[in-house]
Amino acid sequence: MTTLTKTEGERAPSGSEAFLSVRDLRVRFSTEDGIVKAVDGLSFDVERGKTLGIVGESGSGKSVTNLTVLGLHNPQTSTVEGEIVLDGKELVTATEKEMEKLRGNKVAMIFQDPLTALSPYYTVGRQIAEPFMKHTGASKKEAKARAIEMLDKVGIPQPAMRFNDYPHQFSGGMRQRAMIAMALICDPDLLIADEPTTALDVTVQAQILDLLKDLQQEFGSAIIFITHDLGVISKMADDLLVMYSGRAVERGTVREVLRAPQHPYTWGLLSSMPRLGGDTAQALTPIPGTPPSLLNPPTGCPFHPRCGFTSEVGGTRCTDERPQLPDGRGAACHLDGEQKQTLFIEQIKPRLG
Amino acid sequence: MSDKLTLPKPQGPVDGAAEPLLSVEGLTKHFPIYGGFPIKRKVGAVQAVDGVDLTVGVGESVGLVGESGCGKSTTGRLITRLLEPTAGRITYSGQDISHASRRQLAPVRSEIQMIFQDPYSSLNPRQTVGTIIKSPMEVNGIKPKGGIEKRVHELLELVGLNPEHYNRFPHEFSGGQRQRIGVARALSLNPKLIVADEPVSALDVSIQAQVVNLLQKVQEEMGIAFLFIAHDLAIVRHFSQRLAVMYLGKVVEVGDRDSIYNRPRHPYTHALLSAVPEVTLDDETEDRERIRLAGDVPSPIHPPSGCRFRTRCWKAQDKCATEEPPLIQISGNRDNHLTACHFPEDPTTEARAEDVVLDPALAALEKEAE
Repeated sequence: MTTLTKTEGERAPSGSEAFLSVRDLRVRFSTEDGIVKAVDGLSFDVERGKTLGIVGESGSGKSVTNLTVLGLHNPQTSTVEGEIVLDGKELVTATEKEMEKLRGNKVAMIFQDPLTALSPYYTVGRQIAEPFMKHTGASKKEAKARAIEMLDKVGIPQPAMRFNDYPHQFSGGMRQRAMIAMALICDPDLLIADEPTTALDVTVQAQILDLLKDLQQEFGSAIIFITHDLGVISKMADDLLVMYSGRAVERGTVREVLRAPQHPYTWGLLSSMPRLGGDTAQALTPIPGTPPSLLNPPTGCPFHPRCGFTSEVGGTRCTDERPQLPDGRGAACHLDGEQKQTLFIEQIKPRLG
Repeated sequence: MSDKLTLPKPQGPVDGAAEPLLSVEGLTKHFPIYGGFPIKRKVGAVQAVDGVDLTVGVGESVGLVGESGCGKSTTGRLITRLLEPTAGRITYSGQDISHASRRQLAPVRSEIQMIFQDPYSSLNPRQTVGTIIKSPMEVNGIKPKGGIEKRVHELLELVGLNPEHYNRFPHEFSGGQRQRIGVARALSLNPKLIVADEPVSALDVSIQAQVVNLLQKVQEEMGIAFLFIAHDLAIVRHFSQRLAVMYLGKVVEVGDRDSIYNRPRHPYTHALLSAVPEVTLDDETEDRERIRLAGDVPSPIHPPSGCRFRTRCWKAQDKCATEEPPLIQISGNRDNHLTACHFPEDPTTEARAEDVVLDPALAALEKEAE
């Protein structure tokens, strides 16, 4: 298994194999109550053909990050700093025209709620064919043939007939399949899936996840998969980024992060969710408190008000000093490597049942 | 009537002889569909719940699982009598309440309480927390010892909120805290049964566990029976001693926790369990069976004949279309484990020699990859 690409310092060396590389990204929104630091110094890389999973609670900045990659924030109300390099091209400073060429072509997105993401006014087929016509200059007829081919590929029965249906005539699972068809029609190099299965039932979710995985093998796209469900991530992703309060707190391969997690927040997530094979007599261990406000985030480590291990670090480091996330495998935490390992094995692992 | 319940039996699955707190027989709810012009007439019905049998013992927690549209929430609303059943019988501690009038229901209503899914829309934004929690007591004319205010403070403390927040409004609280207010409101009348309709699914992962633990504490310490409605199988497993699995308005399998999760018989239960994405922590290999159904749940307006699952089932035969399987203890099941299936699966969740993949697109892609 490969780990995330190592980079020297904050700058991505040219010729790195990362297909998308995000460096020290900061996204701020100005609101009436003050400035919301939605993303605060985030760096990550995605390799071709790989899946990067991003987990975090609502408000951790995972969706904002990916809308930024697509340039979908209103420049009037938001400021974006840092670097987003997609296949050698800088996106933060790109013009709207350049972004338009990318969206739906090189980079595509699957949204959480397919009912609100599809327009009720146009047929599903037309919405799927539109990006293909726009980006490849194909004729209406060619685009229709291609759209029907895609509908078939994602498992919509009788695709030629369903082409003319409206979104309300589709069920939830079929709408999400149509969204996938729309996202993949231009053969994108990067697919951003923002909680694509959260609105679906489990049996449908399992179908969609397997479908995405199989399609990825065929199309070879890189995927950024955003979710709050660690179970889904463990099925889908190769690499994993855990986000909290607009920052990445832990990264590594999925295997590393889920089997030997290093950050107390990741420990908390794992021990707060019941598992099908877990011990039912074992009470769940919730993370105390609530996620912090992004208007006024805690000083030092953003997790310190909810962390049960600040005394292990000692002193006031947790409240004063912001821990850095090392490149590659690691966690943004002041505990040293040995402490993390012993704490996890002695205190956390027995709780996981 | 309530005198009968002053001595709650120790919790645990009720044996057949003891009288259950709540029993439901053949519960049915059809929502009419009107159409036509200019005179609208009934053109069909959404068969949301169609003949559900269920019992809940004193102090027992029963889980009700199924996918959206299977009628689990409607069942909950029928039991709390927020909806009028089309047919069937609801018996609460020996009293038939299926068509009881408002007046007859009044004493029962205070004993059956509900916790709703969305803590944002189930609390009145114009009332303070104190008003929200005390209004059930005022409506029912209950005067607790030491005054209503003291009782509200106690309740707030019990659910882990600061009693000083008495005069705050719901918008000042986070999602998890709001759900705690909902729990405190449900507890204010000392209920015997709480119907919890997806109480944690609107909450963040790290907050879900807080609320599950709170409900579990309430259930164990106060001996309140729970009907826990949810779609998250892992959370239901953690919370419930007994479970009923619903599909398209019918209970397809019911049994204790171990029977349902480790020895399921109905193909739908197998499919549901195998669809749950699980974090594998150790180096244990993936040894659970893999079943991928095709398509979505059919419409409850025109449910399939016979067994309702047959259109998505890999074992379906002609018999399934003509004859509806009864919910019975089929051979090989333990006591109180009932399954409605003509051709049940083996009681195991271990991986099969060959995966069941019914989705045509998936099957095609996987064949190509091989």
